[in-house]
Amino acid sequence: MSNPLVDMQKPDVIFCIGTNMTECHPVAATGLKKAIARGAKLIVADPRRIGLAELSHLYLPLRVGSDTALLLGIAHVIAREGLINEDFIQNRTTGFDDFFEHISQWTPEWAESITGVPAKDIETAAMWYGAAVKGAIYYTLGITEHICGVENVQSLCNLALMTGHVGREGTGINPMRGQNNIQGAGDSGALPNNYPGFQSVTDIKHQEKFKEAYGKEIDNEKGITKVTALDLCGDSIHAMLIDGENTLISDPDREHCEHALRSLNHLVVIDIFLTETAELADVVLPASAWGETDGVCTNTERRVQRMRAAVPPPGEAKPDWWIISQIAQRLGFKGFDYIAPKEIFNELCDLSPIYAGLDWDRIDNGEYQWPVPHTDHPGTPRLHEDAFINGKGIFSNVHYRDPAETISDEFPVWLTTGRRLESYHTRTQTGRAQGIDYLLPEESLEVNPNDLKKWKLVDGEWCRMRSARGAIEIKVKATDRSPRGTVFASFSFSDVPVNVLTGSGYDPITHTAELKVCPVKIEPL
Amino acid sequence: MTLKMQIDDVEITFSDGETVLEVAQRHQKNIPTLCYDNRLEPFGGCRLCIVELVGARNPIASCTTKATEGMVIYTATDTIETYRKTLLEMVASENREIDVHPLRGYASNEFENLSAQYQVDTSHFSGTKSGTTKSDDNPFILRDYELCISCYRCVRVCAEQEGDHAINVMNRGFHTQIITEFDGLLKDSACTFCGQCIQTCPTGALADKKALRSVEHVNDAEINKTRTICAYCGVGCSVDILTNNEKIIGIHPAMDGPANEGALCVKGQFAYDFVQHPDRLKTPLIRAEDGNLHECSWDDALDIAAEGFRKVYEEYGKYSIYGIASGRAPSEASYSMQKFIRAGFGTNYIDNCSRA
Repeated sequence: MSNPLVDMQKPDVIFCIGTNMTECHPVAATGLKKAIARGAKLIVADPRRIGLAELSHLYLPLRVGSDTALLLGIAHVIAREGLINEDFIQNRTTGFDDFFEHISQWTPEWAESITGVPAKDIETAAMWYGAAVKGAIYYTLGITEHICGVENVQSLCNLALMTGHVGREGTGINPMRGQNNIQGAGDSGALPNNYPGFQSVTDIKHQEKFKEAYGKEIDNEKGITKVTALDLCGDSIHAMLIDGENTLISDPDREHCEHALRSLNHLVVIDIFLTETAELADVVLPASAWGETDGVCTNTERRVQRMRAAVPPPGEAKPDWWIISQIAQRLGFKGFDYIAPKEIFNELCDLSPIYAGLDWDRIDNGEYQWPVPHTDHPGTPRLHEDAFINGKGIFSNVHYRDPAETISDEFPVWLTTGRRLESYHTRTQTGRAQGIDYLLPEESLEVNPNDLKKWKLVDGEWCRMRSARGAIEIKVKATDRSPRGTVFASFSFSDVPVNVLTGSGYDPITHTAELKVCPVKIEPL
Repeated sequence: MTLKMQIDDVEITFSDGETVLEVAQRHQKNIPTLCYDNRLEPFGGCRLCIVELVGARNPIASCTTKATEGMVIYTATDTIETYRKTLLEMVASENREIDVHPLRGYASNEFENLSAQYQVDTSHFSGTKSGTTKSDDNPFILRDYELCISCYRCVRVCAEQEGDHAINVMNRGFHTQIITEFDGLLKDSACTFCGQCIQTCPTGALADKKALRSVEHVNDAEINKTRTICAYCGVGCSVDILTNNEKIIGIHPAMDGPANEGALCVKGQFAYDFVQHPDRLKTPLIRAEDGNLHECSWDDALDIAAEGFRKVYEEYGKYSIYGIASGRAPSEASYSMQKFIRAGFGTNYIDNCSRA
């Protein structure tokens, strides 16, 4: 997030797109509810009539995968109505003239033809966000899990840049991170393109630094993403070390994924349960879990916080860092003689400019948000206040693209996927917590009541849902949350493995899967 | 301009907009409250926070009264303290019990502690009890309204903090009852089971059913708290894990958590028992010749894990090995993983689980 969580209570106009925040980030959503109670206006763009849509003052029910078109239409109206922030554009951005020219063709009427959202509502959204004193954008995977995820994010940046809704209290472009330490995993350098602290692997300075730190010559080319690695399993990838990810259930196209992992010569999985993925491994190593492990995590607002052990792990389970270090030592790798997590975190801080002012003891109270470039620095709750990291904000002349697969006679229904409040990811955790079943005993397919008859379905009965990749059986639940022609299921339940169906395409730059769009055919059982 | 007032004969400064209670608390005055939760709008229902304002005919509720220039306040005169004791005795007379187990919730002992502080005589007033305990088969929230004192903290936290408006007040006075719409079950209301009502309740009327499963074996003094960050989404809510004898028995939200300021959701509040679930992996496993996974020692497992990477490296080279780090484990795990790949094999064949 560019802005801190506390800023969520402060905007005049809030634009949420592709984020089911009341279910996926419920505590963050309380901040928005307080802003609304204070008089802020909420615009929600989502194909489904989610909880946030019920709270909204303007709901834009766009067709799945049409976000770029909607955002181009909004940009068009902001420019047409003169709601641009000329000072900000002049001082902080580059490329506006071309962008202005570019968006003149993308009228709200054109956007309506793609998204299904009435042009007048697109105009209203643009007028509200454009005229706001403090306009803030919040998004989640509904923006990024598309083949055009990068264009979607760029489109949101365009809106913030043309209005100057960035770098101030109650504004910003704010992606909500979905896992307790997914930010920290990126911060720590578990990325094919970046060393720890988002230092590019192709930069000679960084190569020198890490060569010296690690005593090893490291490639000056980016590595491959996980998606590519799974594609290459059995061909050029022959061994994998997977820590705490149930790849088989969480990744798209389960059959492909299972085939990939099975074709490895050597698969080592570190986890707390014998997950579906661990069951395929040659070696399974038991990790200590949350509540048993001392360590550091970074939240969605870049706040670096300590996690602490409260109980000992079961049996012989060990911290992940210990396990990885032990394997490394047995392979003769240098620099893995750690005896405590503190040493590892402090090494990360030493090597990462964004953590340079931090160490294990300084983050005891969780008061720092990175970047913290030196020890006298108070941290950075708000990014981009005076300048962007790379100089000027760049407008992107994006074009709308159709999803990888679109509905057809064979697959006439849009399936979109996501999470639910009561379950988390593949339910390795929530599925083993007593009481959760009372609230959510099973997965079901959310279908608009008016579609039941047309598709010969009965509420509460089972149906078969098929995509170009596979088929599953799932119980039908009639609800107005789904628009006509679009259905929803979560990917949490392994007995209803929705990822058998998904995986139609990937964003070419980030390799993020288009998990939000999958044409399917639905038949009664 | 500096604003000044006097509290207990000491001149102090305050800011415009502060209440008398806020100013007094800032100066370490221990004014008792029951309906007050500093995250919520002042309510002025319990009257325990009354103080003497020189020049006023009656005591004033310090939580709802704004401080003004020149005010002269006494926080604990004999008269005020007598009023407070009488108020507590009247409230106590309506309740089934006062001494409740701390596992009921974060604030559940507030009433008990004040009663002890004021040496409340529960037999001073006697008569009809108020509140009817609601039968609700949900596994998380006990609705034991025989302990309810109508402070409305639950109703207000649900509305003001959580924004859910799942519960409200039915009837007035002695017949006041906290209900969901149409007086049904929480499951059928707007309740999301975030547990905020449990944690603000000052009497334990709303209580943590899951934590109370341990009530038989746990004495008050044996509950340990460990501050950590929630295991679920990326908001990073601070929580205190409650433990007893190396067992996790419950979760309290951290009221001073920088990301959540006391708020939690159903997962963070209640979905913690996966940690000590019998399904947990307890020993390393290796795949044997029979094709199945078998338990083995750490030494053997680590040797086999390392040997497998060595063989693949020797046969196929450095671009044949890939590491996937976790978005759930601490940063030390991700850092070690990327270092394993980079310092070990010299490639950037490393990623984490954020792309799917």
